[in-house]
Parts: sequence; C-alpha cells; structure tokens
Amino acid sequence: MKVTLQVWRQKNRTTTGDFVSYDVENVSGDMSFFEMLDMLNNSLISEGEDPISFDHDCREGICGTCGVSINGRAHGPLKGVTTCQLHMRSFSDGDVLVVEPWRASAFPVIRDLVVDRTSFDKIMEAGGYVSIKTGGTPDANAIPIPKFDAEEAMDSASCIGCGACVASCKNSSAMLFVGAKVSQFALLPQGKVERKERALNMVATMDDEGFGNCSNTGACEVECPKEISIINIARLNREFFKASFN
Amino acid sequence: MAWFFKFINSSIGKKFIMALTGLLLSLFLIIHLGNNLLLLVDEDIFNSLVGGLGGLKPLVRVIEVLLAILFMIHIINGIRLTIQNKKSSPQGNKVNSGTETASISSQTMAISGITILAFLIFHLRTIWVKFQEMHASQDHEFFNVVAESNIGFGNIWITIFYIIALILLSMHLKHGFQSAFQTFGLSDSRYKTIINCIAVFFWFVIPGLFITIAIYFGFFFNN
Ligand code: HEM
Ligand code: SF4
Ligand code: FES
Repeated sequence: MKVTLQVWRQKNRTTTGDFVSYDVENVSGDMSFFEMLDMLNNSLISEGEDPISFDHDCREGICGTCGVSINGRAHGPLKGVTTCQLHMRSFSDGDVLVVEPWRASAFPVIRDLVVDRTSFDKIMEAGGYVSIKTGGTPDANAIPIPKFDAEEAMDSASCIGCGACVASCKNSSAMLFVGAKVSQFALLPQGKVERKERALNMVATMDDEGFGNCSNTGACEVECPKEISIINIARLNREFFKASFN
Repeated sequence: MAWFFKFINSSIGKKFIMALTGLLLSLFLIIHLGNNLLLLVDEDIFNSLVGGLGGLKPLVRVIEVLLAILFMIHIINGIRLTIQNKKSSPQGNKVNSGTETASISSQTMAISGITILAFLIFHLRTIWVKFQEMHASQDHEFFNVVAESNIGFGNIWITIFYIIALILLSMHLKHGFQSAFQTFGLSDSRYKTIINCIAVFFWFVIPGLFITIAIYFGFFFNN
C-alpha cells in the first residue's frame, strides 16, 4: 500500500519547524510504523537528504523511548500500544498521516520528532525512588502485602514514562505520569515511609517544570499505551492533600 | 499559614479551590430552582415568597455577598488556570483529536463558564435590579415581571438567551461536578455510585427544570 506522510521537520531547538510531505510506496501491513519510517529514511539518505529523526530503543513497547502523534493521536490510533508496536495494518492504502512530535512547553523539540523529556527525569529525581536499603530479593510473603494492593501497585508501575499523557492533554499536564509514580510507591510498605515528601516534592517539581494543571478530561488514560487509569490521579490528589495538611 | 499558600498555589491546590467553590455554587442552584419552580405552581405563592425574602434583607444580603465571593474566586482562579494551561501547551497538534479522547464539555469549561458569567451579569442587571426596586416600592407583582414583561419571558430573545445559557450551564456541570470529586480524590471511593447519581441531578435535572420554566413561559404562557 501507499501512504502520504506529513512529517514535522525541525533542525534544532532554536529553529522553527514545518511540515514536509513524503509519499511512501510499497508499504506492507506487517511493517511496524517505524519500519516504514526506516524505509523512508533509507531512501532519503540515498537521495542525499537528512533522514527524519525519531526516538526509539527497544521497539517492543517496554522502554518508553518512542512516541509521536499520528493524526492528532499520541502513539497513533490503536489503543494500548506504543508507536513502535503500531503496525501499518492499522491504516489503509492512500491514507494521509500527519506525524508530529509531542507538543508541550515542558517537552521542547530537539530535532524533527525528538523531544527533550528531561523534565520527567527531574520529577523522578524529586521522589520517584525509595531510599531504604532493600537488600537482595526478599523471600516471598516475608512482608505481607494484600493481593489487591500488590496488583494496583503493579498496574501503576507499568508506566514506561513515555509522555503520551502529556502530549494528549490539552493542558500538557503530567498528572497521569506523576500519579502512576506516586501510587506505585504509596501502595507498598517500602514506599509508604517517604510518601509525604514524595507527593509534595514530585508535584512541586512537576509545577516548576511548566506542565499544565489537570482538567480531568481523561484524554491521558485513553492514549496511555499502558492503559494507566486516572484513578492514579485521584490517588495522587489524596496523597498530596494528606501531605499538605500535616 | 505558609503551608496554606503553598497548597493553594500548587497545581492540585488550584484545582481544589475550583472544585470547592464550584460545588458550593452548585448548592445555590438547588435553592434558586426551588424558588423558581413556584412560578409553575401559583402566582400568589411565588409573589408572597419573593416578597417575604424582601423582609429577610440582612440574611439575604449575607448570602449574596458569600455567593459573590465564591464567584470571584471561582472565576479568577478559572482564568488563571486557563491562562497557565495555554502557556504549558502553546502549540497544539495540527490535527486535533477532537472528541475521540475527551468530551466536548470537558474541553470547553472556560467558554461555558464565560457564557454563564455573561448570563449572570445580564440576569442580575435586569431581574435582580428590578426586584430590588420593587421591594423598595412595596410593589409585589414579581410574577408578572418574570412571566410577561420584556425584561422577562415576555421577550422571546431573552427566553432564547436563557435557554442557551442554561444548556451551557448543563455542560459546565456535566464535566465540572464529577471532575470536582476526581479532584477531591473521591472518584474511586465506595461513594462512586452515589456521586454519579447526584451528578445527573446537577447537570441534567436542575438545568432541565430551569429550561422547562423558560420554555413554558417563553413559548406557551404568553400565547
Ligand atoms: C461565572 C462564570 C463561571 C466561569 C468563568 C467558570 C469557569 C470555570 C473553569 C475555567 C473551570 C475549570 C475547568 C478546568 O480546570 O478545566 C470551572 C470548573 C467548575 N465550575 Fe465553573 N465557572 C463559572 C460558573 C460556575 C457555576 C455557576 C457553577 C455551579 C453552579 C460552576 C461549577 C463548576 C464546577 C463544579 C467545576 C469543577 C471543579 C473542578 O475543576 O474539579 N461554575 N469553572
Ligand atoms: S502514564 Fe502512560 S502515557 Fe503517561 S508516561 Fe506513563 S505510560 Fe506514558
Ligand atoms: S521503542 Fe521502546 S517503547 Fe517504543
């Protein structure tokens, strides 16, 4: 099949970018979206042009490095997948696909489809860890944890930090990401020790980094490739209240 | 006090203020609707109730001032949120995902809010001002002003404006009411079902009954 891409091209942080149109032919439905871009880049290179820069690493949906908006949808139209796990069979012959980087002032574009997500790292540095010695792998059930809490914590911990929640939010709010990170620790005994500082510091850093305020539109949970629920945002709010009031 | 200012200036704190003032304003709607439904019941009962409120001036004044303060906080904080959010998201996508990922009402809170404000100013400058004058001059024909006069439902354009504003109020509350409980962190609690039922009352039943009053007087009573 054949698709037409309108890709955001931008030289560096300081220049302004624009859309450039490319026709890509001989696309197979079994190609991943990135394999299709690889094919396009090969032909751009052989024509002596600059290839399109995009972030990717594992290409199996676990590292959180990749992510572009396709026709306004973060990670493309398919639910619960990262861009690297999206295949061209999700599109049809003749489709026009507008491919853009994540748009948020806290995620400045570095080049083409690549954005700088240092702001997420800073939020993690502010509290996304436990500072107790955890030692080696403990015996199973040495610390009793209710099944429900363990499941919830695992769900929250499946956030890969891709930033699709920010990109899909009209306010560029990072509440789903921070909610998932705060929850994953707040639900488990090892994380409860520092829960207050964590909630306060991570939210303060999130605000300082220029993310917007959550409007509870729910777009983030629709676009999150790990289907993190906005229940995590409700829990973050509770953690933050408890930490603020005493 | 330092913790308090820190809290209300944080992103979550600002949301908390929005939710709290919004819910308190919603409570006023119940009282106002109760009062207005009497329009459909009986002219004399309506007139004597409104007349009676004139006698409770000091209490009514206190409530009015409280409402005005709630409105101011809600509006100023709402404008602040909207401006900051625009700044965080200066460049949207070329293709907008529209309603594929979020409801219309959730994306138009500022627009619906501003329409409600415009309505409110108009409503106060016409009906409320007129009623104050009538209280002062012992004229108690309140019903006629609402039902027949050209600052009330005697004027078809005013009727239409009321209906549009009420539809936007309904949208504002459709998102706002449940959003407030998400903001409080109660959306996943065991009260979830009750909250959802009360939400329907606020975004559907209340604006619906207000609209019923407008339609009845605007299109049937005067013809
Ligand atoms: C007078 C004009 C009004 C303006 C300009 C206004 C504006 C806004 C804005 C901008 C938001 C925040 C939305 C967001 O964060 O995305 C909001 C939320 C809300 N508003 Fe209003 N509003 C107005 C009137 C009202 C009235 C009359 C009521 C109730 C009767 C109300 C109830 C609410 C509620 C419950 C929320 C949700 C709280 C939350 O964010 O969780 N508003 N409003
Ligand atoms: S919450 Fe979901 S969308 Fe947001 S960073 Fe984590 S995995 Fe990505
Ligand atoms: S490249 Fe690792 S998640 Fe897509």
